[in-house]
Amino acid sequence: MLSKSLMNTKSNIITQFKNEIFSLQRFKTPLHSAVLDVGLQPIKNAFPGAEFPLGSIHEFLCETIEDVAATNSFIAGITSAFMRNGGVAIWISPTRTIFPPALKSFGISPEKVIFIDLQNEKEILWVIEEALKCDGLSAVIGETCHLSLITSRRFQLAVEKSSVTGFIIRTNPNNINATACTARWRVKHLKTVSENHLPGVGFPRFNIELLKVRNGKPGTWQLEWAAGKFTHISNVAVVIPQQQKKVG
Amino acid sequence: MCKRFVSIWFKHLTTDWFTRRNPALANLPFVLTAPSHGRMIIVAVNYLAQKKGIYAGMVLADARAIIPSLNVFDDKPGLADKLLFRLAEWCIRFTPFVSIDPPVSLILDVTGCSHLWGGDETYLTHIVNRLKIIGYSTRAAMADTIGAAWAVARYNESKKFVIEKGQQLEALLHLPPEALRLELDTIERLHKLGLRQIKDFLTIPAYSLRRRFGPEFIKRLNGALGVEEEIIQPIYPVESYRERLPCFEPIVTRTGIEIALQTLLEKICGRLQREEKGLRSASFKCFRIDGKIEGIDIETNSPSHNVAHLFKLFEIKLSSIQPDLGIELFVLEAQNVEDHSPAQEKIWKEPGDLNDNHLSELLDRLTVRIGAGRIHRYLPDEHYWPERSFKPAMSLQEKLTTEWKIERPRPLQLLSQPEPIEVTAPIPDYPPMLFRYKGKLHKIIKADGPERIEQEWWLQQGKHRDYYYVEDEDGCRYWLFRLGHYSTDKSYQWFIHGFFS
Repeated sequence: MLSKSLMNTKSNIITQFKNEIFSLQRFKTPLHSAVLDVGLQPIKNAFPGAEFPLGSIHEFLCETIEDVAATNSFIAGITSAFMRNGGVAIWISPTRTIFPPALKSFGISPEKVIFIDLQNEKEILWVIEEALKCDGLSAVIGETCHLSLITSRRFQLAVEKSSVTGFIIRTNPNNINATACTARWRVKHLKTVSENHLPGVGFPRFNIELLKVRNGKPGTWQLEWAAGKFTHISNVAVVIPQQQKKVG
Repeated sequence: MCKRFVSIWFKHLTTDWFTRRNPALANLPFVLTAPSHGRMIIVAVNYLAQKKGIYAGMVLADARAIIPSLNVFDDKPGLADKLLFRLAEWCIRFTPFVSIDPPVSLILDVTGCSHLWGGDETYLTHIVNRLKIIGYSTRAAMADTIGAAWAVARYNESKKFVIEKGQQLEALLHLPPEALRLELDTIERLHKLGLRQIKDFLTIPAYSLRRRFGPEFIKRLNGALGVEEEIIQPIYPVESYRERLPCFEPIVTRTGIEIALQTLLEKICGRLQREEKGLRSASFKCFRIDGKIEGIDIETNSPSHNVAHLFKLFEIKLSSIQPDLGIELFVLEAQNVEDHSPAQEKIWKEPGDLNDNHLSELLDRLTVRIGAGRIHRYLPDEHYWPERSFKPAMSLQEKLTTEWKIERPRPLQLLSQPEPIEVTAPIPDYPPMLFRYKGKLHKIIKADGPERIEQEWWLQQGKHRDYYYVEDEDGCRYWLFRLGHYSTDKSYQWFIHGFFS
């Protein structure tokens, strides 16, 4: 009996310490955590505090244009959650191929997205940083080839002040360097399954890999996007043992 | 209110410009000529040539008879107008109202300006001396009316070029009738009649003068005497929201320019704030000592009178200003001004909507740096043709006029130009079995379609498209279409148009 209560206090103390460490590492507990209600519950558990980190930088690795399409849909799905009560997003890319009406099927009002088309890599990074500093925005989505450690740290410092969520899509995964981003993802297509084996294409499915996460557990999940939210296909998440080095 | 005007007469406008370009010409007599009816006619002479008795309008051969070693250059058509305009711009440092009076003079409305230079006399000498330093020999006069200033600048024989308030009649009395800017035949007739000075016909009643010399004559006379008001057209219309900052010493450093900009912005924004207005576009002009004007223009997405924000917008382009020898005048103008009532401050900051102040300020900064053509926002348009189903929004505030359509699946990535692919497909209307795109073979496992989208004949002629939503063996999903009907002559073509999520 005594030992059990002692255990309890011990674990309490440890959680308290953990939380303190998180706050020192500038992990903010989001104010509107209920906002992210798009069925991301299993993924949330991989993050410290079981909360999807808003107000931080997420980077996505893409190899082909198909990957970019899958990544964009995943980002759009997440972003739709915090754009529901009237947020605005900025989408920066060198070759803009986003079809605005299609964003509607991911729950985003396309008229609330501002697209910026730029060729020059330097200008893209400048625009992303300026946008991340602006607290009137909900999300900033930027597509770029190179992201150095210094640039990513600048981004991270910018969002810590403004609590904007940044999504950086990296289209050149051949030279992957260490960055200061909170999480590194890879999104791939999965074959769809139509209901009752009817012919035709089913709801889009994704294989989500969380490659690196600061203070969390990386993992892999399979999600399906249907009726405005993600559904977990197999509830058993494959947790990869922490083999990666610490990010940043 | 009593007005004051300065008329500047450039005695040798074009030839002075040639001398400026080539200082060796300063001690040589030379003329500018233009061909006319097979002869070379002199159009402009410099001071030395004029002293020898050569005048504009003379035939070149006659002038050569006077000075055999006369230098001759080709006249540049339109040069005088261009020079006058540049000089008028340069003169804005003395007064905001400068107008061109062709062919060779400028008119400055200097009402309330001269006291800044310490009086009429010093003001006028300052202008003439500055022009002399640049290399133009001029005569300038100041009077209450344009006509009087013009007349005194050209025909005054005494050294008195500043006509006191209300003294224009006395100044004009002894001048010849040419001083009234009359037509040539009127002048000739006046001389024939023995009216060689203005005082000779001032006493003649107006009705008999009008009968003999026409209404234009009376208008000129009244204009010079100040009975009738003359209106001038300034080269740049004066903006109602405009601030000037003249400098005692020429400014050459960036810090100096920043201080000037800050001061001007504070002045103009203070005024805008009091009047509950905000500016939409503004320009910052720097007048350099050497006569060039450097400028920056900015535009905002929503009316603003926020000094810090506007300063940031200008700051992005500030490095494009080259002070060179120094800047002596800064001017800030707000060309477009709109009503702007301050919004109530919020205690809790939430992610805002499109009307958010911070967002429009961000977009202003981006527009200044990367240009407006790169920033887009889209609204739905009522078309089925995919490329036309959305249109760019005109402003941040523009509202939806129709709903976004999502009944049919649409790809998130759409190629701006559909790209041709090689396809194997069972005829007539089955989805393709495999396709080759960029050298890679995709085997199709699942497919939806076709969805036919017809050309909108009132906009564009061409074949219809049959769209298929297909998934390959890797699980990647594409949007393919066939242009036109199946036919034996293979006139149809397959394209890939998009990538589904």
